[in-house]
Amino acid sequence: MSEKKDKYEAGFGSDALKNPQRVVFVTKKVSAKVKGDVGKQLMAYPHLLLREAIAFQVLGIAIVIVALFWDAPLEQLANPLLTPNPAKAPWYFLGLQELLHYFPPLVAGIIIPTLVVMALIVIPYFNVNIQPEPLWEKNRTKHLREFLFVLVVLGVFLGIFKAWTVLVPTLAMGVLVVFSYLAAPGANRWREFMRTRTVSWWVMTWFIVVALVLTIVGTFFRGPGWSWVWPWRAHGF
Amino acid sequence: MSANVSKTSEAAMQWLRNTRVWKSIFRRGPAYTNRTRSLAIFGNLFLHWLPVKVREKALRVRASYYLGSISFHLFLVLIATGVLLMFYYHPAAPQAYRDMKDLRFVVSNGVFLRNFHRLAAQLMVVAVFWHMFHVFYRGGYRPPHEFNWVVGVLLLLVTLFLSYTGYLLPWDQLAFWAITVGSNIISAMPFVGKKARFLLLGGNVVGENALLRFYVLHCVILPLLALGLVGVHFWRVQKDGGLTVNKKDEREER
Repeated sequence: MSEKKDKYEAGFGSDALKNPQRVVFVTKKVSAKVKGDVGKQLMAYPHLLLREAIAFQVLGIAIVIVALFWDAPLEQLANPLLTPNPAKAPWYFLGLQELLHYFPPLVAGIIIPTLVVMALIVIPYFNVNIQPEPLWEKNRTKHLREFLFVLVVLGVFLGIFKAWTVLVPTLAMGVLVVFSYLAAPGANRWREFMRTRTVSWWVMTWFIVVALVLTIVGTFFRGPGWSWVWPWRAHGF
Repeated sequence: MSANVSKTSEAAMQWLRNTRVWKSIFRRGPAYTNRTRSLAIFGNLFLHWLPVKVREKALRVRASYYLGSISFHLFLVLIATGVLLMFYYHPAAPQAYRDMKDLRFVVSNGVFLRNFHRLAAQLMVVAVFWHMFHVFYRGGYRPPHEFNWVVGVLLLLVTLFLSYTGYLLPWDQLAFWAITVGSNIISAMPFVGKKARFLLLGGNVVGENALLRFYVLHCVILPLLALGLVGVHFWRVQKDGGLTVNKKDEREER
């Protein structure tokens, strides 16, 4: 036991050989109560395990059925002398490849992906993402001004680089944000939903929409020399 | 008739669970009490990272759509089919491509095996992305889950890299040029770009060395890394108090 300053202070033992004793003081003023309620609980065995097993089996059957009919592609033997046009990365990197079409490789290939990964990692460490306060709850005009400033700067930046496939979904999201600002409280369910979104919700949704558009465009709408093609007219399909 | 069969099989299982052999393997008898049901979880090496009890709300399909589970299940079937594919594969050019042809025309169910592995791999990328976005919209990254979110982001990167390294292995035109395009991006890194690409490819262009490196990464290093991170990820879910049950679920109760 460490030296106590007065006789009511709790001491902390640092001697590993001694078993510490725990003492509970019950005062008369406070009655015992349960803090927080986790709600109904079920035993993981069998309730969770059974559900996991069913999920696994349904998934397995679904993959087997699709794999029976959908053949994995196999092209000609790799030939470094014969470059296909366009040469495409795997589909989940085609958003990045679409960015490469507009921006220099350092920006599209290194800086943007690094920023995205860093942004994802730091999400839980910023209070703006923790407090569930809607964007238009307080300081409405100030927030609107800030938002319009960001939108214009982003729009001009994307316009200079002629990055249309990023600009169009960004502007569409911008229109939605303005719409959510104008929505009256309790008008209908959808408007109420838009009105009560948080900043982090808007940023993430913007990111997902842009990433989806870029990936779809890169996969289906890009042909020789990364030119725009309509998938129903493209030759290779 | 069928009622009789199920009754008999139930009785047989009950007898089996009470045998000395069963008890010696599972360290318990039948799980008829909550104590033995708890033992079934924490007395089992392969289940001990699961919580003994789960909130009913966290079990509902809408709470997770089982996206995390599905990602893990896909990982398991990918290991199983991947090991089978390894029996028929040589990481050498152009033998790797000939092995693809063998899988198609010689090996029994070779086409199915490769289809299954490829489909599950594509689905895993989708499932992991979907899982992350779903967790985000539910606020599942909030304290005390911050670090598990970070582990999840790392798992997403490992998943993408696993898929990417697997992409080269068939050694056809599709594989070769996809990896060439991807690895050219790396060389845009300031100062170390060329060196980093050389390290990844084992040369200045995608060649035999790159195939071998991607094979080792794909079959050994990245799966082990993923397995370790998945362990941390699951363990932290339990330690951090289970799935996030948000206000929406609370409201439904009333």
